[in-house]
Amino acid sequence: MDLSIKSARKEFDGFPALHDVSLDIRSGELIALLGPSGSGKTTLLRLIAGLERPTEGAVFFGEEDASSRSVQERNVGFVFQHYALFRHMTVADNIGFGLKVRPGSSRPPKEEIRRRASELLDLIQLSGLENRYPSQLSGGQRQRVALARALAIEPKVLLLDEPFGALDAQVRRELRRWLREIHDRTGHTTVFVTHDQEEALELADRVVVMSQGRIEQVGSADDVYDQPNSPFVYGFIGDSSVLPVQVENGQLWLQDRSIGITARNVADGAAKLYFRPHDIELLDGCGGCIAGTVAASRRVAGTRRVELEVGGARERVEIELPIEHTAGANGRIAFRPKRWKVFSEREQTASTPTTEDPRIGGFDERELMLATTL
Amino acid sequence: MAVELMTDMSQTVAAHPAGTRRYRRATTEGPVAKGVLIAMALGFLALFLVLPLIAVFIEAFRKGAGEFLFALREPDTLAAIRLTLTVAAIAVPLNLVFGVAAAWAIAKFEFKGKAFLTTLIDLPFSVSPVISGLVYVLLFGAGSMLGPWLKSHGIEILFAVPGIVLATIFVTFPFVARELIPLMQDQGTGDEEAALSLGASGWQTFRFVTLPNIKWGLLYGVLLCNARAMGEFGAVSVVSGHIRGLTNTMPLHVEILYNEYNFVAAFAVSTLLAGLALVTLVLKSFLEYRYGDEIAAAAKH
Repeated sequence: MDLSIKSARKEFDGFPALHDVSLDIRSGELIALLGPSGSGKTTLLRLIAGLERPTEGAVFFGEEDASSRSVQERNVGFVFQHYALFRHMTVADNIGFGLKVRPGSSRPPKEEIRRRASELLDLIQLSGLENRYPSQLSGGQRQRVALARALAIEPKVLLLDEPFGALDAQVRRELRRWLREIHDRTGHTTVFVTHDQEEALELADRVVVMSQGRIEQVGSADDVYDQPNSPFVYGFIGDSSVLPVQVENGQLWLQDRSIGITARNVADGAAKLYFRPHDIELLDGCGGCIAGTVAASRRVAGTRRVELEVGGARERVEIELPIEHTAGANGRIAFRPKRWKVFSEREQTASTPTTEDPRIGGFDERELMLATTL
Repeated sequence: MAVELMTDMSQTVAAHPAGTRRYRRATTEGPVAKGVLIAMALGFLALFLVLPLIAVFIEAFRKGAGEFLFALREPDTLAAIRLTLTVAAIAVPLNLVFGVAAAWAIAKFEFKGKAFLTTLIDLPFSVSPVISGLVYVLLFGAGSMLGPWLKSHGIEILFAVPGIVLATIFVTFPFVARELIPLMQDQGTGDEEAALSLGASGWQTFRFVTLPNIKWGLLYGVLLCNARAMGEFGAVSVVSGHIRGLTNTMPLHVEILYNEYNFVAAFAVSTLLAGLALVTLVLKSFLEYRYGDEIAAAAKH
């Protein structure tokens, strides 16, 4: 079932939660709505489910405008953040609930409901627990029951609100893999909400990055990580370091020193340079590079994270060094980002190393510059 | 308590063989302070609660069990018991429906004037019962607009059963609603949304999800409501007219008998009310013990 949100806008008591959001979801896709709290991702999900009504705009299920349909008529499987299992019903009754409440003609007989529930229990690998109550299950088990309950009604789309939010890291990773398997097996169009980028990038076919009620970027994990289209996405997904710079004729300047980076298509004036802490090259001398003194150093798993104070304004940036690197406190380090992006302060134009082949092209160019400055 | 103290001390001794400095938990008191406080509490309870309760039973049985049973079999007394049960049987179900509806509206929906409605529900608790009764006298009395009109159509409100029922409903209506509002607010709308998203209709959602979630809290509220409905004196006294055998409820009957120096009969009826209170107390404690986490406002009454 294709899903399409067309210019949806949602206000709560005059406060906008979503501004003019449009999104197309293909049948069978697994989509993540990713954003910090307050970005409107849950509101968007509830809009699709019919638990909220858009102030303006429409939601299409396939070719059909579903905006005026109630949540019951939309036939969506919704998994709630805190599961919302019915605490006075057994696991089997919880799963069978959606079938039991169907109107007389389409309601399957009791044995059929029972059989379907036990099938789903097999699917979620909880066979034998049909007579337990939700309070007798672990968090991960409850989550799976909630999913089985949503699948029982054979939904057109499956919507999950922070599905793994309340679980510990280990269970979360397991369930993530398991949800992917279920998705691949059942083929439901699935949308889930998360604030965990790792979860979104690992699980989803496409990630929808949201901020302040707007969609910032839609793309695969590679797209949003390697080609972030806004300062927000760059800062939100993965680690990033930011440095305020000046652009003059396509050259980046940190105060009176050239960084040795050429950024085309960026307006002159103040701008921000974004790069990944691990995507840098260390340099010996410094003409056309970023140099700073080590202000703090942390060991993070297999690498060392170093905070540098750069330039007269003592801007702090973070870079990653190999463990063997010997830079101690107050040592000087010179480096240049291998991949980077410049966002002008004045308008939202961005520049990456080169458009055709970012890595090689940009690299060569800077090699050349380095040679000339040396 | 004493056992706890002993273990505390033995631990202390084990930890400090020298025994010079004794460690005590920061929030506990010395044995003397403990003893005095416990004695004060127990003494107060005995004097003001247990003693009167015992006195009621002693007075009721002063002339033997035969006289006690005879007093209870008296026609006016039987009429009073019947009336009290009738009033409770009408008032409690009505307040159950009203309470659930009000709590549902307040806990699950947002609307203007919600805070005002919540305050209004508490009104009967803050108004003197006599005023509650008087309101109905003013509303349906001989000098009012409604009273004579209803009377001309053959409907008696004041000094008749309808008046007593109305006054009782007014006085007892906060019990169920007050019990359910915090409980339902606490539970939120998550379960209902889940049921709706699974295709349940509004009524099915209420019947299969909302109601089971609140049933113990509801029972608790009904219990308290019933106890108050049967025991209400002030408001009922104003509207009943004290007609023996007709508009006398049990509490009113006790007063009449007492004023006639018929102590045995007065206390015999009192034992029934006291018995009701004790049964309520036991059931209430049982519900609190067994379903404490599902009874939200338990500590507030």
